[in-house]
Amino acid sequence: MTFNPLVVFFAAIFTNNMIFSNFLGMCSFIAVSSDIKTSIGLGQAVTFVLAITSPINYLLYYYVLVPFGLEYLRYIVFIVSIAAFVQLVEMIVERSFPSLYHSLGIFLPLITVNCAILGVSLFMTIRNYNLVTSTLYGLGSGLGWMLAIVALAGIKKRMKMDAVPEGLQGPGITLIITGIMALAFIGFSGIVQIS
Amino acid sequence: MKQTKTIFLEGLWGNNPIARQILGICSALAVTNLMKNSLVMGLGLIFVTAFSELTVSLIRQWTPKHIRMMVQVLIISAYVILVDIFLKAYFPEISTALGPYVGLIITNCIIMGRCEAFAQANPPHVAFIDGIAMGTGYTLVLLTIAFVRELLGFGSLFGIQILGDSWVSWSIMIMPPGAFFMLGILIWILHSIKKEDQEVAK
Repeated sequence: MTFNPLVVFFAAIFTNNMIFSNFLGMCSFIAVSSDIKTSIGLGQAVTFVLAITSPINYLLYYYVLVPFGLEYLRYIVFIVSIAAFVQLVEMIVERSFPSLYHSLGIFLPLITVNCAILGVSLFMTIRNYNLVTSTLYGLGSGLGWMLAIVALAGIKKRMKMDAVPEGLQGPGITLIITGIMALAFIGFSGIVQIS
Repeated sequence: MKQTKTIFLEGLWGNNPIARQILGICSALAVTNLMKNSLVMGLGLIFVTAFSELTVSLIRQWTPKHIRMMVQVLIISAYVILVDIFLKAYFPEISTALGPYVGLIITNCIIMGRCEAFAQANPPHVAFIDGIAMGTGYTLVLLTIAFVRELLGFGSLFGIQILGDSWVSWSIMIMPPGAFFMLGILIWILHSIKKEDQEVAK
């Protein structure tokens, strides 16, 4: 089956949003989404890492693991390549772009354990995307994730003063808001479709 | 024996990974539209958590401090691969339904968290029991959410039709928003109960 890369790209942002339809990257989504600026920083870092690790993992999977019949090792290979890449980026950014490092740096180590990164790599192998589609899928998923977390941070900022029932404060109300946002995103589902 | 009981109480109630620590909810939300998937996912997680904690605890004296995270990830991945291969061989249908979420057990923060916080500092048998307790706590929450979602969304439990033909399925419950609402409400209820507990204790 072939997919139009652009369709996959937009679907990854809107209809198949990492958070609202696949529930990936929820841990940091709930924890970090209190401040818009921080959310943008984390979103950028996730997008960047996703856009680069998905082609890397694609090449590793189809040119190293598949020829040797080692597909079952893909979890280890993916997670190690993601961790190694994040480490590398951290070092390069720290050396050459100190200002970027200060705004992005603290988020980078967190990203290794963000389920969205590993999830994209796994989805891409399960759905048999090609190299271009995988890259765009990674980029789109990252942007979609950023869109979601920034929007949530904005909403949370607005309701700082609202009286939330006591037991619902914190993660509870965040989940309810996310549910309502997911409902809104279902509205996009007629535009583009990927299975 | 007393210690075992305390650990289990912590895992199931006092320190329940999902309800109290809000860890590992990615998979909690994704697989809970059917009881069967949730149960399999939960059993997989119990297995992986228990054995990873056991292994991490066994080699804790020989693991260099600065690479311990990497070692933990590799140990967890190895067990997840076992679960994945086992599911593919014996339950191919469920394996397809769970899709990438089996692999995502690796990044489930519960396991990493417990390995780091508990197994690093405790003897192997205690760590193993803690793994089982935490996994069971996680499975119970999964099953609770799945119970409501499958019952309201399909009118069935474990695939067996419970509610009659006159039941109009709430398709919202099997879509993503249903999962968010259910988990939010569950956390709400649990927090309220916990609060009463504390007041009674005072």
